[in-house]
Amino acid sequence: MSELLSVKNLSVRLPPGADRSHALSDVSLTLAANEILCVVGESGSGKSVLANTVMRLLPPGVRPDAGAVLFQGRDLVGASEAEMRRLRGAKIGMIFQEPMTALNPLRRAGDQIAETFRIHTRLGARAIRDKTLALLDEVRMPDPRAALRAYPHELSGGQRQRVMIAMALALEPALLIADEPTTALDVTTQGRILALIREIQARRGMGVLFITHDFGVVAEIADRVAVMQAGRLVEEGPADAVLNRPQAPYTRALIGAVPPLLPRAPRPGTDAAPILTIEGVSKTYRKGGGFLSGRPRVTHAVRDVSLSLPRGTTLGIVGESGSGKSTLARCIVRLLDPETGTIRLGDTGAGPVDLASLSRRAMRAEARRVQMVFQDPFASLNPRRRAGELVAQGPMLLGVSRADAMAKARELFGLVGLDPAAMDRLPHEFSGGQRQRIGLARALALEPDLLVADEPVSALDVSVQAQVLALLDGLRDRLGLSMLFITHDLRVAGQICDRIAVMKDGAVVEAGPTAEVFSAPQAAYTRALLDAVPGRGWIPGRAPIPAAVSAV
Amino acid sequence: MTILLLALRRLAASLPTLLVILAGLFLLLQLAPGDTVDALMAQMGGGDPATAEELRRYYGLDLPAAAQLGRYLWRLVQLDLGQSAIYGKPVATVIAERLPVTLLLMGASLTLAFLGGTFLGVLAARRIGQWPDTLISTLGLMFYATPSFWFGLMGIVLFAIHLGWLPAGGFEEVGAGYTGLAHVLDVARHLVLPTLTLALVFLATYLRIMRASMLEVMSLDYVRTARAKGLGETGIIVRHALRNALLPMVTLVGLQAGTMLGGSVVVESVFALPGLGRLAYESVVQRDLNTLLGIVFVSALLVITVNFLVDLIYGRLDPRIAAGR
Repeated sequence: MSELLSVKNLSVRLPPGADRSHALSDVSLTLAANEILCVVGESGSGKSVLANTVMRLLPPGVRPDAGAVLFQGRDLVGASEAEMRRLRGAKIGMIFQEPMTALNPLRRAGDQIAETFRIHTRLGARAIRDKTLALLDEVRMPDPRAALRAYPHELSGGQRQRVMIAMALALEPALLIADEPTTALDVTTQGRILALIREIQARRGMGVLFITHDFGVVAEIADRVAVMQAGRLVEEGPADAVLNRPQAPYTRALIGAVPPLLPRAPRPGTDAAPILTIEGVSKTYRKGGGFLSGRPRVTHAVRDVSLSLPRGTTLGIVGESGSGKSTLARCIVRLLDPETGTIRLGDTGAGPVDLASLSRRAMRAEARRVQMVFQDPFASLNPRRRAGELVAQGPMLLGVSRADAMAKARELFGLVGLDPAAMDRLPHEFSGGQRQRIGLARALALEPDLLVADEPVSALDVSVQAQVLALLDGLRDRLGLSMLFITHDLRVAGQICDRIAVMKDGAVVEAGPTAEVFSAPQAAYTRALLDAVPGRGWIPGRAPIPAAVSAV
Repeated sequence: MTILLLALRRLAASLPTLLVILAGLFLLLQLAPGDTVDALMAQMGGGDPATAEELRRYYGLDLPAAAQLGRYLWRLVQLDLGQSAIYGKPVATVIAERLPVTLLLMGASLTLAFLGGTFLGVLAARRIGQWPDTLISTLGLMFYATPSFWFGLMGIVLFAIHLGWLPAGGFEEVGAGYTGLAHVLDVARHLVLPTLTLALVFLATYLRIMRASMLEVMSLDYVRTARAKGLGETGIIVRHALRNALLPMVTLVGLQAGTMLGGSVVVESVFALPGLGRLAYESVVQRDLNTLLGIVFVSALLVITVNFLVDLIYGRLDPRIAAGR
């Protein structure tokens, strides 16, 4: 029996009042044993609903109303709850996206893996312990014995995801469902987890249903690909065919939006005089050390960073979580006070100003010249203020009359590609990409010399991400902006940055023009980062080239 | 050993609060007209001003307020709570006689409210939107909205007067001379109504917190993980949800220890229980400053102790807290 899972004309109904009547309409798919099927789509495409329908873990009110899900010939849609419980964990394992929240914070990792054995088998405590230890060893946990007794908060994100995988694999399921298992992980960790899933899948001959939004990951791991859009299956086929010769227009558009892992063509005028010069900036965080408590723990978030940004160019700061890139950005806009170093801004008539040494009061006057765009378009706008007011607020604080500020906001709405008629709406009425445009208009309203963008496209779908990146690029040229662009994604960095600085553990390990950093990385860490980018050998829109050539 | 050190550290940190409370209460009582001697004279049926003067000198009430406060605090440092003018005994003895009743009442009410609130809250969260949830939530709202003395009075009317099942007040049958198990049962019978009265309001609060907390926890990712492992609903609640949902409850218990002590004043008055709350009320009426300050001191210690215990329990429940310490 080669067909492990077969989804036949499946439709899943949403509760009344949702944005569409069906989360899935008429979806048909098959998955063979010993095969990895990637289901790709943007948010809202129904890919996670598909995974949860197979597991029968849908939220209340969401249920299939047509079609069948056959697993090893048995229909799961009509199966009883008791029957499903016997399958879950034993025959079908599942890994979730968020390793931070998917484990119970109050129970030890080993105990949570062992629970799977306790539910489905009658093994004794010793045998379970031995098996758990073997599993932790199989998922390459450093020090499995310690991990057995560790609480989730004592493990890193990657280690937690290993625990999740161990848990899902405990009873050697025939089918593994992985719902965005690496999305929340750093790129180097992601690479290792993908390799692990691939390796275990091959060794055990499992079928894997892999849900993801990331075409890089697809290129890395998939045998076959299914592309979904708004609850429908758009295209399905072998990975090579879908990735390199996509048929459906939607797939083509989606793949076209994926930035290739290539440096942008060098632009003229990138050697202008620096508008921002950072020298020897350090910032440490202290925890504890209050009255009557123990010694403080000191974290060096940024250590002795020196960088310069030529006027009219984009400097990318690339690093994994905890590398200090966001802290550095916050120091530059003085949301945080750096402890040492100078941050000299620009050559306005009066000469450069050292932002690091300004008093809070003086900084408020200079704040207009450095503005920031934040990562989360959902949390960074006040939900109770209208979009137009949010944009006009900055100029009004600087003494511009309300009428003038609103007129300016209207102009900016046009500039960032929003309908000025939408100024009266509240933030929740906009989509993520539109909100990020509002955030951008808000920053631009003050006519800054320098725009600091902290992961501005990380929370966006790939097609929206491409639009926002093109907008940022266009605005820089039209307004003569200088930009500090913070990202964890090397593909995005290659797309937009003239120069790149790579950070690790608070320090800059390498800095230079994007093309040089990509083609001849000096630091070992930069090489590791580039190697870990999923699907690095795949250039969207081109047939794959031999690995030796593509190893940029 | 670490625990002892932690307890001492906590006590040291709360000393300034304690000082402010005592000094504030002392000054507040200076503002009220009349003093202990007035109350004593009234009890004796009046007397001449010379006797009053002498009594005032004897109790040190003729000194300026600041000096009186200073003397009191100095004695307190030596762990001496002073003499009660009204009872003619050391304050420590007076309080020691009354403390067990209050502790018993508080302990029993707290246990009942906590267990009942947890159980009903989980039940309501499990059957959200169905009749058990509606019933439990409505009852909870009623308990919460009704003043506790009314519950106490209605309890006395129904169970003590009409049905005659339970005693109407007091801590034990006076003069019955029970010993051993009979004594325990007698006290228990007397405490049923007061405990219920005091517990119901808190039970309603805990129930609502537990219901909300349980609903939140049940929607979290690790509950979905547990489901994906094939665990049944009961297993999920017992092994994954309950302990996580209890965390906010435990915090609340610590916060409300003081409120419960305040509530016991009313309940002890309604049921004529010889506890700390009643003693505090009588001391105010009789201007027995030493006793009152002593009660405040002991109550504050009690609340600090309860909060300390709650913190310890919290550390046991949540490994993340223990790591941060």
